[in-house]
Amino acid sequence: MDKIDILTGVAVPLKRGNVDTDQIIPAVYLKRVTKTGFEDALFAGWRNDPEFVLNQPAYQNPRVLVAGPDFGTGSSREHAVWALRDFGFTAVLSSRFGDIFRGNSGKQGLLTGQVDEADIERLWAAIEAQPGVEITVDLIERTAAIGDLTVSFAIDDYTRWRLLEGLDDIGLTLRDEEAITEFESRREGWRPRTLPVK
Amino acid sequence: MSPEPTIRPRTLAEKVWDDHLVVKGENGSPDLLYIDLHLVHEVTSPQAFDGLRAEGRPVRRPDLTIATEDHNTPTLAIDKPIADLTSRTQIDTLRRNAQEFGVRLHSLGDVEQGIVHVVGPQLGLTMPGITVVCGDSHTSTHGAFGAMAFGIGTSEVEHVLATQTLPLKPFKTMAITVEGTLRPGVTAKDIILAVIAKIGTGGGQGYVLEYRGSAIRSLSMDGRMTICNMSIEAGARAGMVAPDETTFAYLKGRPHAPEGDDWEAAVEYWRTLQTDDDAVFDAEVFLDADELEPFVTWGTNPGQGVSLNERVPDPSTIIDPNERASAERALEYMDLEAGTPLKEVRVDAVFMGSCTNSRIEDLRAFASVIKGQKKADGVRVMVVPGSARVRIEAEAEGIDKIVEEFGAEWRFAGCSMCLGMNPDQLAPGERCASTSNRNFEGRQGKGGRTHLVSPLVAAATAIRGTLSSVSDLSEFAARETVEV
Repeated sequence: MDKIDILTGVAVPLKRGNVDTDQIIPAVYLKRVTKTGFEDALFAGWRNDPEFVLNQPAYQNPRVLVAGPDFGTGSSREHAVWALRDFGFTAVLSSRFGDIFRGNSGKQGLLTGQVDEADIERLWAAIEAQPGVEITVDLIERTAAIGDLTVSFAIDDYTRWRLLEGLDDIGLTLRDEEAITEFESRREGWRPRTLPVK
Repeated sequence: MSPEPTIRPRTLAEKVWDDHLVVKGENGSPDLLYIDLHLVHEVTSPQAFDGLRAEGRPVRRPDLTIATEDHNTPTLAIDKPIADLTSRTQIDTLRRNAQEFGVRLHSLGDVEQGIVHVVGPQLGLTMPGITVVCGDSHTSTHGAFGAMAFGIGTSEVEHVLATQTLPLKPFKTMAITVEGTLRPGVTAKDIILAVIAKIGTGGGQGYVLEYRGSAIRSLSMDGRMTICNMSIEAGARAGMVAPDETTFAYLKGRPHAPEGDDWEAAVEYWRTLQTDDDAVFDAEVFLDADELEPFVTWGTNPGQGVSLNERVPDPSTIIDPNERASAERALEYMDLEAGTPLKEVRVDAVFMGSCTNSRIEDLRAFASVIKGQKKADGVRVMVVPGSARVRIEAEAEGIDKIVEEFGAEWRFAGCSMCLGMNPDQLAPGERCASTSNRNFEGRQGKGGRTHLVSPLVAAATAIRGTLSSVSDLSEFAARETVEV
């Protein structure tokens, strides 16, 4: 997982609320057997609409999604995070997130910053005044800035630390590898082994 | 690891937890727990292996990992290529991943292939006092041995493959005490359906259940597995039964069971895996085994069950508005009228199988009832052994012949119609008496209607064509006991 501290990139306004994970990635895409390559599945139900924001020339190569309230509610599918990540997003800002989606995001290197609803409106206004404008998301200071406009966002300390350090769950556990190895050295001989095959 | 001196009395679950602590969590962070046995199948593992590949990580302990093909495998013509593209892709992917990462795999056609929760115990890999995980909610099955066994998500599968550990917050503990003696025709399946009806599908949330009491003690390992298997249907992460002589006798001599001094050391330790007399559970539930009757579900979740002698409940008598609405919706989906005697409900199909009830004793119980009988006209009856080994064992006992002479289909091993990921599905509107574990809408096929029952009820229903218990069969009414 890559470390995140300060990132700058194209901001996209997604002016809809209650975007659940079925909208982020429809169930038909869950049959795949890979963990990457879901960029085509992101918002698949909306992508064939030429008016959809991600289809507009100004918002190509986006990095930060500025979404309406209750983003990522519904099904627990981790694919929702993979699809956003594979499309190029590193951060999502919203006034409220689905709990499971937010947990999944933190574990997979997608920053979810909680911003006051009024500030989301300000960000939307700033983006739409200048489509394609870049936003700077500063995880150290917990701020997002477009030009002169700076708003703050909330993110819990533990997730922030993990993102700053670039630690996924496995990376985090592997910091305790010595303890794991030590534990293994103490395991009794009777415990099951699948190999060699008997 | 060796039992440490302790002052605080502990439950079985707490003892197994403590003995697997790699790092104790501090300030609200989770404990890091060691995983003794990781079971893998084709549906929930592909992204986990893909994640390892992306990060360049190996499987830390291939020697604690075993994979089998079960969810997608056909139960007919298993020598032919799998027709469904998604199913075939998942299975081919598992084969490639197992090869690449050095994981032991039992593929379709292999003598050890079968449902992952049947294979682990039969190989002697599942044993008391170990931790078992699998990307499958019915991993709770293995708790029947006094193991701590629970289902995990795909990210956690990747985590265990990479580290052989999991960060976990401790579960709460609940005692489910079942005292008394089961009447003839009443089985482990009826106990667990009654437990779930009593505490509800959310009643076990956040808990490890420990099944205790004389009725549990008197069950075979196959019966205990049936009970622990459905712990998840009560919302629990895991279910456990303390190991005893029945457990040790089942394990001794199995391919991967400990031998010699290891066996002696293991049994000595396993005997300590009892909940201490003064230990306190976070919750307790009691059930009287003497009073139990064969159970059946009438609705669309496993908690919507009653005794088979009863009638379809009337939703208007349910006080809780959410439960009332759920019951109304369930009756509509199930096409049932409130007040109908359940024994008048006619079925189109009977499914005998799944990780809940597909072991040799389940097949024996089913066969003991149908032997010499003919199935009811117009009822499709499918018998699916839980593993290739179970199938072989059953054939050695002539069960395949009994099944075929009855007019039922004798199939190859797999998850089959429990969830219909392979071609074994109900047609829309079809009604099925099923020995499986979930009666959710569409679970056995789009529009299919599921009544969860025991193997004995499944057999009696297959004979009569309506939901029935063995006591409804004249030739069994006089019999004192039915071998279960």
